[in-house]
Amino acid sequence: MKAGVLAVQGDVSEHAAAIRRAATAHGESAEVVEIRESGLLPECDVLLCPGGESTTISRLIRREGIAEEIREHVAADKPVLATCAGLIVLSADAKDDRVETLGLIDATVDRNAFGRQADSFEAPLAVDGLADPFHAVFIRAPLIDAVGDGVEVLASWEDRPVLVRDGPILGCSFHPELTDDPRIHDLAFFPEVAATV
Amino acid sequence: MADATDLEELKRGTELVKRGFARMQKGGVIMDVVTREQARIAEDAGAVAVMALEAVPADIRKRGGVARMPDPTNVTEIIDEVSIPVMGKSRIGHRKEAEILESLGVDMIDESEVLTPADDEYHIDKREFTAPFVCGARNLPEALRRINEGAAMIRTKGEAGTGDVNQAVKHQRTMQRQIREIAGLEHTEREKWAREHGAPRELVHETADAGRLPVVNFAAGGIATPADAALMMYYGCDGIFVGSGIFGAENPSEMGTAIVEAVTNWDDADELAEIARGVGKGMQGQSTDSIPDEERLQGRGV
Repeated sequence: MKAGVLAVQGDVSEHAAAIRRAATAHGESAEVVEIRESGLLPECDVLLCPGGESTTISRLIRREGIAEEIREHVAADKPVLATCAGLIVLSADAKDDRVETLGLIDATVDRNAFGRQADSFEAPLAVDGLADPFHAVFIRAPLIDAVGDGVEVLASWEDRPVLVRDGPILGCSFHPELTDDPRIHDLAFFPEVAATV
Repeated sequence: MADATDLEELKRGTELVKRGFARMQKGGVIMDVVTREQARIAEDAGAVAVMALEAVPADIRKRGGVARMPDPTNVTEIIDEVSIPVMGKSRIGHRKEAEILESLGVDMIDESEVLTPADDEYHIDKREFTAPFVCGARNLPEALRRINEGAAMIRTKGEAGTGDVNQAVKHQRTMQRQIREIAGLEHTEREKWAREHGAPRELVHETADAGRLPVVNFAAGGIATPADAALMMYYGCDGIFVGSGIFGAENPSEMGTAIVEAVTNWDDADELAEIARGVGKGMQGQSTDSIPDEERLQGRGV
């Protein structure tokens, strides 16, 4: 598969390594394309939107003309995994005029809801569809406030959603790319495999 | 819905969480700010974080005297002003300044040679903090010593406050050359290299095996233009700190935006030309050559 990693800012190489690992685990290979300009994403089968700073990322994807291509990717029903800042940028509303969201995930997001870096943490997280908990790393993480009818909540932290699916998009407020466990990537890109683990 | 998650296994301030925070800064620009007004300009320009300090390095140089951590009032105002992470500078070896910054809620502490060192021999034991630290380094052994003390992020020292990128280039190239050097050595040769360079041996092996530092490595010290920032990305840095280069420029907002865009477009000269066009004068600066060794900041805290 050709995997686009949004690369204007954030933990791009971690996402590139994670999708390669996940693909290899299922006997496929992922050719990673770092997307810093327009014209590359239309060639990609899947998209990964990394963590980083949502203010910076939302500004740069517009400047580089990538925002519209992300909309087209989703409209074509191609899979997306959006983590942390990626989730914020793709959401319907981040309740903050410093971030212009794309409105692709029917959910409102509370930026940095967990607080500052001192409140960042790692913990096992129960996820629907996974037999064992997923070790989740939350870094100045957002929480999902409200979701639309078509949005499926796959995991919550203290009753607030942290992993949701809206059509082809899996939105995640933690960082599955920082650990070796490929199961969240499986849920996004290899659903037939994920169902069996 | 799956079962409730086990709160008792929640861990804060781990190496993964600290280094992970630094990873989220990659490909971004962290800007020095002194006031909340500057912090606002930096966030609007697209900074991934701001660094709170008492005065920008160029002014510290001019003014002389002892440079210390920023006033807590300023730090709190800056934290209230922006939604992006706020970092703060403490003196080398000044554990109490670092504790105060952590208590104020800064997201990362820079144990920085730009301030007057509080301890000539020892750095802070950074492993004991929940807050992650970034430290400066001129070469690989220095970087690995800081990582061994718990630094979650490294930056080149460069020569702060000069607007002269020369020393940042030198430090980054030295670091990269030394990583290539140890990668080419076999086990016993790496052990000897570690001994001779005063570098923690386990980290020497880890770096040699991975072909890169185990933590994020930014460039800092003398970066003043979009082209400077692009040059440091070309030399393999993960991102950029800009100190005096933003608010010492003729138009800080334009310069900040241009440097942010240059870091994303570092490998596209046509884009860089557009980005640099009309950005206004950079900080005046001072060539590192003209600064005597004893006045250079980079020799502090090795």
